[in-house]
Amino acid sequence: MAAEITLHFQKTFLGRASITAHFRCPLDPPSVTILFGPSGSGKSTILRCLAGLEQPEEGTISFGDELWFDATARVTVPPQARRLGYMAQDYALFPHHSVEGNIAYGLTGLSSQEKKIRVDEVLHLLHIESIAQQKPTQLSGGQQQRVALARAIARRPRLLLLDEPLSALDAPTRAQLCKDLRRLLTQLAIPSIVVTHDWTEALTLGDQMAVIVEGRFVQTGTPQDVFSRPTDADVARVVGIETVVKGTITEMRDELATVQVGTVALTAIASPNLESDVFVCLRAEDVTLELAGAAETSARNHLKGTVRTITSLGALVQVTLDCGFPLTALITQSALRDMTLVAGSDVRAAFKAGAVHLIPRN
Amino acid sequence: MNWTAIWVTCKLASLTSIALLLIGLPIAYWLAYSKWRWKFLVESIVALPLVLPPTVLGFYLLVAIGPQSPIGQFYTNLTGYTLPFSFQGLLIASILYSLPFAVQPFATAFEQVDRKLIEASWTLGLSKLQTFFKLILPLSTAGLITGVVLSFAHTLGEFGVVLMVGGNIEGVTRTVSIEIYDNVQALDYAAAATTSAFLLVMSYTVLLLVYAVNRRVWSVWPQK
Repeated sequence: MAAEITLHFQKTFLGRASITAHFRCPLDPPSVTILFGPSGSGKSTILRCLAGLEQPEEGTISFGDELWFDATARVTVPPQARRLGYMAQDYALFPHHSVEGNIAYGLTGLSSQEKKIRVDEVLHLLHIESIAQQKPTQLSGGQQQRVALARAIARRPRLLLLDEPLSALDAPTRAQLCKDLRRLLTQLAIPSIVVTHDWTEALTLGDQMAVIVEGRFVQTGTPQDVFSRPTDADVARVVGIETVVKGTITEMRDELATVQVGTVALTAIASPNLESDVFVCLRAEDVTLELAGAAETSARNHLKGTVRTITSLGALVQVTLDCGFPLTALITQSALRDMTLVAGSDVRAAFKAGAVHLIPRN
Repeated sequence: MNWTAIWVTCKLASLTSIALLLIGLPIAYWLAYSKWRWKFLVESIVALPLVLPPTVLGFYLLVAIGPQSPIGQFYTNLTGYTLPFSFQGLLIASILYSLPFAVQPFATAFEQVDRKLIEASWTLGLSKLQTFFKLILPLSTAGLITGVVLSFAHTLGEFGVVLMVGGNIEGVTRTVSIEIYDNVQALDYAAAATTSAFLLVMSYTVLLLVYAVNRRVWSVWPQK
């Protein structure tokens, strides 16, 4: 049996939906798993149960061949013995220690020589050598995040648990640190579980993801799969993004980027921090459908396509097209009638450059 | 001024503070972090000396450490001496009498340490004991100083318990406050005035220290 983390447990809270976790996550090769869901869905609690900071009422948690928790056998391995790195949402840096002291804090049992080497190593890895002597209160949010990460990885944990690692940062810092974090996690090759409610982070960071709604695991798969093919309306509502395809930036000019998706070229707003490989993301309500031969519009993207499926969602209809890649549009029932669309009809899909979200991937 | 009485008082107050630092820390830790539902029972017992008349406390102590009691017999078998009307007996009484003045500031300081920091320490592999010494104590220094100084100051001025348990033995159990009482009984107002002034200045200085160190940690004055 391949090494994996398995969770089968239940935890209830007064006045909140109880959490039912049934989840397996491979440890080998090391990968990044995203726990994705709206706030209050229970994803942080699941992470805390994994860290040993909270106990479920029923069930088991195991890590490889180690049993970490078993309610019936009354087994609870304390957080100290799980040898993992846990990073809380607000970083929880020790205010009475310098950056260096924070990183060295958990390195008990090492000689001062070894400690120094290990601290220098992670300081270098996270590019924070220059702030080694400062106290946490003197640091910016981004610096605090790096110090918390450095502290968590200094002990060479077997598993890394990150609770909303980027949510405490302002938007520009977040985009940059998100990419840095992905690079770091790949470099470290430590199995990691990351909690987030931000779909751009999920796409950039995750190798696989699980969507959690009201304490239940509703869908698992690669982030691209989950976002582009939500299994039910719950997941679709939570992820809120219907088209996710791989693309390559071929040109950036006048703040516009040209992205090649298969044989189709799209125009998107360029943003800094992008390299050539991206995920192209589109919300269905941003896509309009036109009959072939319609007049010029302000939208930058016009794709020829064929209607594949038509799904009624009350007042709205979800239409999936094949434009060289699968594309989903959301239109009204009356528009569907007026355009007399059926499966197999030829249409043009239009969307503005600003509606195309580009997310880095590697 | 009677320097012997001052010496006895300072010795008693210092030893009481030191003992309360050692005894108070585990009690305060337990009170701050225990999730036991009947915890308030223990909290009330610790706070009892705040409201109990010193004579009542003194009376029960006298009975509890007397030569007829198990504690008194144990002590006599161990040392050959008896506890009532001795400095050792007085020390035990003072420790109990000042217990809330040490434990409450300690416990408040421990409770104010952010739970997330403690959890971070655990996930970094430090045991609860290591976390206590490396994280909780360093972040609670203001509360520790407050507790030690308050119990010192409180012991300086105790009267009823000393009289009940210690008696009034020159050089052994006669403290400054009893000295003042004796002076007044003997109509020696001049001596009483000097000694009172000394105690006033000393207590004020000690409290100045507490408020200067930290104005937010628990004190006998209500929090702002």
